[in-house]
Amino acid sequence: MATGHFKEGIAGGRLSSEQYADNFSDLHPPLDHHEALVESDRCYFCYDAPCMNACPTSIDIPLFIRQISTGNPIGSAKTIFDQNILGGMCARVCPTETLCEEVCVREVAEGKPVQIGRLQRYATDVAMSENKQFYPRPEPTGRSIAVVGAGPAGLAAAHRLARHGHDVTILEARPKAGGLNEYGIAAYKSVDNFAQAEVDYVTSIGGIDIQNGKALGRDYQLSDLIRNYDAVFLGMGLVGVNALRADGEDAAGVTNAVEFIAELRQASDLSGLPVGRRVVVIGGGMTAIDAAVQSKLLGAEEVTICYRRGQEHMNASGFEQDLAAANGVTIRHWLQPKRVIAEGGKVSGIELEYTAMNDDKLAGTGEMLTLVADQVFKAIGQSFVPAALNGSEASIELEAGRIKVDAEGRTSLAKVWAGGDCIFGGDDLTVSAVAQGRDAAESINRALTSNGRA
Amino acid sequence: MADIRNNFVGIKSPNPFWLASAPPTDKAYNVIRAFKAGWGGVVWKTLGEEGPPVVNVNGPRYGAIWGADRRLLGLNNIELITDRDLQVNLREIKQVKKDWPDRAIVVSLMVPCVEDAWKAILPVVEETEADGIELNFGCPHGMSERGMGAAVGQVPEYIEMVVRWCKQNTRMPVITKLTPNITDVRKPARAALSGGTDAVSLINTINSITGVDLDSFAPQPTIDGKGSHGGYCGPAVKPIAMNMVAEIARDPETRGLPISGIGGITTWRDAAEFMALGAGNVQVCTAAMTYGFKIVQEMIAGLENWMDEKGHASLDDIVGRATPNVTDWQYLNLNYVAKAHIDQDACIKCGRCHIACEDTSHQAITSMVDGKRHFEVIEAECVGCNLCVNVCPVENCITMEPLAAGAMDQRTGKPVSPVYANWTTHPNNPMAKVAAE
Repeated sequence: MATGHFKEGIAGGRLSSEQYADNFSDLHPPLDHHEALVESDRCYFCYDAPCMNACPTSIDIPLFIRQISTGNPIGSAKTIFDQNILGGMCARVCPTETLCEEVCVREVAEGKPVQIGRLQRYATDVAMSENKQFYPRPEPTGRSIAVVGAGPAGLAAAHRLARHGHDVTILEARPKAGGLNEYGIAAYKSVDNFAQAEVDYVTSIGGIDIQNGKALGRDYQLSDLIRNYDAVFLGMGLVGVNALRADGEDAAGVTNAVEFIAELRQASDLSGLPVGRRVVVIGGGMTAIDAAVQSKLLGAEEVTICYRRGQEHMNASGFEQDLAAANGVTIRHWLQPKRVIAEGGKVSGIELEYTAMNDDKLAGTGEMLTLVADQVFKAIGQSFVPAALNGSEASIELEAGRIKVDAEGRTSLAKVWAGGDCIFGGDDLTVSAVAQGRDAAESINRALTSNGRA
Repeated sequence: MADIRNNFVGIKSPNPFWLASAPPTDKAYNVIRAFKAGWGGVVWKTLGEEGPPVVNVNGPRYGAIWGADRRLLGLNNIELITDRDLQVNLREIKQVKKDWPDRAIVVSLMVPCVEDAWKAILPVVEETEADGIELNFGCPHGMSERGMGAAVGQVPEYIEMVVRWCKQNTRMPVITKLTPNITDVRKPARAALSGGTDAVSLINTINSITGVDLDSFAPQPTIDGKGSHGGYCGPAVKPIAMNMVAEIARDPETRGLPISGIGGITTWRDAAEFMALGAGNVQVCTAAMTYGFKIVQEMIAGLENWMDEKGHASLDDIVGRATPNVTDWQYLNLNYVAKAHIDQDACIKCGRCHIACEDTSHQAITSMVDGKRHFEVIEAECVGCNLCVNVCPVENCITMEPLAAGAMDQRTGKPVSPVYANWTTHPNNPMAKVAAE
């Protein structure tokens, strides 16, 4: 009987415990003091810096890097947290290669940008390891705000509201706070339980009460919040998973990638986490990459990502695609799933159809391909499920299935703001959620205090 | 192939690169390693008079400043002259010279400012068959407090007197090493010449404090909570040294006096620049102390390559070639007009030229054109100051382009005059000399 690596079907214990630990260690190990100084020396301190403009939270990157280079990492961390209180997690998970580092003038000059993300992690790590708190809690204003969802948007909003002296209650459906920082994201990007450490750091300001296990629409209604609080911030995530629309996708072994990723993040013993020997991931975004790479790291023998369009259309960044390739994941393009093949109710393969662009429209060519698989991950996008909002007396206006907001995060309902993945027009990035939460909090503060004055 | 053999006041060496009198030349072991690496000569670290040895501090002797990536830009030291026994040094000098006859060995000397002290040391140095002596009139710390080193070098009359004693008491060529810690380097150079010196070497180190420890509030390098000014050297002092070399080279009173150039020389290019300004050879210390003796290989190959490329057959073809072009400000052509030009293909759009010009100069560089990040010189505002060139991180991205005679200067609205005209004849100069009709 085959054991370990080559066990048929979906099984755990494919690797030695050492291999698990090694595979899931920090993807980008932190810069040490010397490395940080050397790297910070590379920054040109640009005028109206492109990196800063590319950052959704507009962190003053040249300034924080200069502060590192002058031996002031604490001041550097404050520069970061002033704009982005989740700067520690963003330093780990931001696709910097498509944001600040993509436009770094040293990327232009020599194809090697300043490692802004790793420098940001260095500075924020120093401040957080010393539990250096920069924002004193002012006299309470007596105003209270409900925040739905303890993800990046909700936490950023809560912190900014607490900074203004308001009391915040965060209602979170899951057992832990952090949102996708805790339940999404590949494990090797956030090691050592960083997401919870960051929640603790952010809430240390005081005035923020997180209540777990409280789901909107199940345990309370939006109308309750509007009635009981001075303002409401909606920062929910996407709970719907798009279907493959392939025959037989109910078979055992067809799994939502986001659930697999969450399970992996919560697992105390990775060897107990089962994964297929031959895994097919359907999708082309970050979730597909995270699921595929982690499947490989858990010991899957063959992992193939199938994406229905071309390489240039993938939402996953070039860096992420390279990361997948470096970990032995095969990425195949122009293939769409048609039928999940099952034996005895369990997945044994997947039939895919080649695609092509036909007059700007994607269409199947009729040519088929069958891949052997004992596990299939669905990673073709998630959707907002607005049903939870239905308890409100007046209905909240949606746009393309998500909550419609104005430039400062106001929804169609008075007293209700929203930000993060649940709103229309976002880009599904942690850092954008932070910016939206922060900005909505400022808008709420202005509304509650007649232009910011209590 | 260019011939880089050097003949400096009759002292021959296979190349013009000598190690300056300093820790790298304190003993035979180091000097032999230097010769093996290819150095053309050394100035042996300064010997003092017979007697109880000099003592040094037992804590840090060096302080430094750094550029990006901790590249050493300036070094200072509070080390004194050799603390080894005089007889040991003399024996080693004699042996090394015997073993390396094609290399130059010059012995640096510093004894009290009385003739007998010099009369005593000169014959014993002569006996080693060293090629010459260098008078250390420059050391700015420790020895100067005892009436030697810079204490002599700061008083032209003393320089002249000591040089004369030496010339009267030895057949060896005398090189007088000058301190930069004075207001006008031409005065000590003229004094050395009056005393009969064969050459001057400069600069010695500059009085300096490299840093302050902000925990103990003590200057660095710190010895038990205190610090003293030390001698500053390395790349940071090169511009100061080159000016002093040029001042002596173009001074009508000292013109033609051989100069051994010293001060921050790190690469072949630095050496070539010193020689172009009038140095007959160069002495190096900090670069060797930073990177080891191997750097001389880059210097030799680089100098030869440049000379070959430019068709310079020997060092005589380059020494002093830039000296006639060093002039006083009042003789600069005020009708020469240059404008900065930014090569858009080379520009990486860091914006440093813009902010430097906008915040601190003439508001002559755009940051945005048609809503796009774009840096371009506004010729009507550009005074040609060169600041943008200096702050640009990309070499040759911004260049200063002279306007041809007759071309319109958009800043003044006047065409560029083809006539050379300087301040001495400028109408705004109340002292203007009226040109002869």
